[in-house]
Amino acid sequence: MLSQRAVAALFDEMLEPDGVRPPYRLVHDWLGKVAACELETRGREAELLFRRIGITFAVYAEGGDPERLIPFDIVPRVLSAVEWQRLAIGLEQRVRALNAFLHDVYHGQEILRAGRIPAEVVLHNPGFRPEMHGFDPPGGAYVHVSGIDVVRTGPADFHVLEDNCRTPSGVSYMLENREAMLRLLPELVSRHRIAPISRYPEELFESLRAVAPPGCRGEPTVAVLTPGPFNSAYYEHSFLADEMGVELVEGADLFVDDLRVYMRTTEGPKRVDVLYRRIDDDFLDPLVFRSDSTLGVPGLFAAYRAGLVTLANAPGTGIADDKSIYPFVPEMIRFYLDEEPALPNVPTYRCGEPEDLAFVLSRLPDLVVKEARGSGGYGMLIGPAATRAELAAFAARLRERPREYIAQPTLALSTCPTLTESGVAPRHVDLRPFVLLGRDVRLVPGGLTRVALRPGSLVVNSSQGGGTKDTWVLEA
Amino acid sequence: MLSRTADSLFWLARYTERAENVARILSAGHRMASLTRSVGSAGNEWESTLAATGCAESYRVRHAEITSEGVIDFLVRDPENPSSILSCLETARRNARAVRTALTVDMWESLNETWLQLRSFEPKTDSGDQLSSFLEWVKQRSLLFNGAYANTMLRNDAFYFTQLGTYLERADNTARILDVKYHVLLPQGDRVGGPLDYLQWESILRGVSALRAYHWVYHERLAPWMIADLLILRSEMPRSLAACTAQIAHYLERLADGYGGERGECHRRAGELDARLRYGRIDAIFPSGLHEFLTRFIDDGCALGRDISEFYLLGRAACGC
Repeated sequence: MLSQRAVAALFDEMLEPDGVRPPYRLVHDWLGKVAACELETRGREAELLFRRIGITFAVYAEGGDPERLIPFDIVPRVLSAVEWQRLAIGLEQRVRALNAFLHDVYHGQEILRAGRIPAEVVLHNPGFRPEMHGFDPPGGAYVHVSGIDVVRTGPADFHVLEDNCRTPSGVSYMLENREAMLRLLPELVSRHRIAPISRYPEELFESLRAVAPPGCRGEPTVAVLTPGPFNSAYYEHSFLADEMGVELVEGADLFVDDLRVYMRTTEGPKRVDVLYRRIDDDFLDPLVFRSDSTLGVPGLFAAYRAGLVTLANAPGTGIADDKSIYPFVPEMIRFYLDEEPALPNVPTYRCGEPEDLAFVLSRLPDLVVKEARGSGGYGMLIGPAATRAELAAFAARLRERPREYIAQPTLALSTCPTLTESGVAPRHVDLRPFVLLGRDVRLVPGGLTRVALRPGSLVVNSSQGGGTKDTWVLEA
Repeated sequence: MLSRTADSLFWLARYTERAENVARILSAGHRMASLTRSVGSAGNEWESTLAATGCAESYRVRHAEITSEGVIDFLVRDPENPSSILSCLETARRNARAVRTALTVDMWESLNETWLQLRSFEPKTDSGDQLSSFLEWVKQRSLLFNGAYANTMLRNDAFYFTQLGTYLERADNTARILDVKYHVLLPQGDRVGGPLDYLQWESILRGVSALRAYHWVYHERLAPWMIADLLILRSEMPRSLAACTAQIAHYLERLADGYGGERGECHRRAGELDARLRYGRIDAIFPSGLHEFLTRFIDDGCALGRDISEFYLLGRAACGC
């Protein structure tokens, strides 16, 4: 159904057939008045600024510049207060359900016993960590930080495309993009009443502090755990540590003694209470997970299970954002919260189901097929953009390993005005708002807008040449 | 602070200072070489330049002959030489990136900008003019970094470790640059105290930006023992061994006080070195040999660096696991 709508109408967030949409009124005026060369100059200034600050992103398995910039587009994306309100309600609801699901699968597994999610989808999933069974993390929080990817297809049509519950990145770009706009286009910014986002690091810190281990006396010591400077999101790790005023530690800076975690400092060992870890589960602790990990800390998981250190996000959250679990999130919302989802999913076909597989194979040119466990836009098929040979090759793979794939209609992602080589033109966008969960759920208004810079392209991933925009939520 | 952070601060300061010092030594060497040519004798300035950077052995591994081109290339850009200017700046920036949260914005921007500029142009050193302007640029970048951290860092342990790196490297360099003179064997027939000798001493003073300072302090023609006095014992001369050692001892004391009074071998050794220079006399140094004195100082400096590492930078007392 959605794929048909995709062909029928493209929704542009600034221009509708009957005129300029209200949130964009001033941006539209500005675009009408500003000279093309002025925009280009500002764009170049933005690039210089990002290089100088060192806001870079390493792309794996690629030659050339090891520290690449994510292109920044200087035309902002604007959401009205009402639009954001609706989104925020749906996001909070979704994250509460995901967190409840995690608690459940690691305790009584009620939702499996009720038959609302097939048990094998959960229990045979590599994202499921039996090591977490029966453990109660402080405050009952599992997904302290999540990034929920949202796409838009019409004025009131927002859909969740995927959930990121492990170590989502991008929030530093959200914050730095705003800083860049304040420096580059202060006048345009000042003509709007934009909801501020700069308090995000404080909110993050508050959320982390609130889930310190129960035995922690006094002010808890929080630290950010990074895999190190070679990680693609290293800039973000250092940025967040800096903004929160906490140490940025690597595995080798930590050690565990008698189930307590310490960092090596110039004054001797110092106890750590909460680790905002940006290392994947697999690498956290070589004694429990991958034994060849040199990034992690031996004994960390035992300290965690003993309740003497908090890990955020909790290990094992990968089961909540797996693409094979995604189709069941609306069901989680009904099951745990007894509410109807405020933000719908994108219709999703699970290729492991024979009926779904048959449908997917018959409609392959219209669909997007993704690996259930892939991330970063690798290993996916975009039906409408694929050649016959690619389609045939993918169909063969689907028949061979159907369980590893899901399929979705090609969505007509909304477009936003974007500076391109041939002037300002519409480009497809998505949105990743960040949701914090400590003792309560917190959101800063907006998120990271990613934009597909190639005309017609729907792939917004930064690893695939996507760019970003500042996202403005207007105050009522 | 994290031991690793302290370690990176210490080394990024050292490598930035080293880049500047290699530039200074090269510039003094280059000047001496041109002067030797102009007075018509064949000197071995490039050999002494290598010796002053402490790179003579590693150079011989890679080059059969000592030529001006070879030495310049080795000291400016050879990636295999960890003390080449490019390697130093690269290492400084890598350390900076690893401890961004401990740097002020101005410190980071000065190091990052240096690195970005280096990547955007290949340093040209074919002609003497090009070499001079490149070396001048290196000096400017290092001065900018020193200014950035002096003016923007909080006066806490992070600042002290950065200072320790700067002064330890600087003391080492002043000792080496002064020692160059020992390595420049005067061509046969040239009198000690002759015109060439004079020009060489002058180049050394210029190399450490101390020619004017010399005249202000001594009001006399250049004389080797007074130059040595200036660069070794004068506490008002900011690159002298005495001044650098006093700073090192001072910041180690500040660290110990800030950390609850614990002290180790690094504090003792720094105090001993400081006392030796504070109360030393130049007429006691010359009779037993300037070169011997400088060599001993350089060795003591290396040992002090190791002591500091062991006490503060390697995460001591964390070895229980």
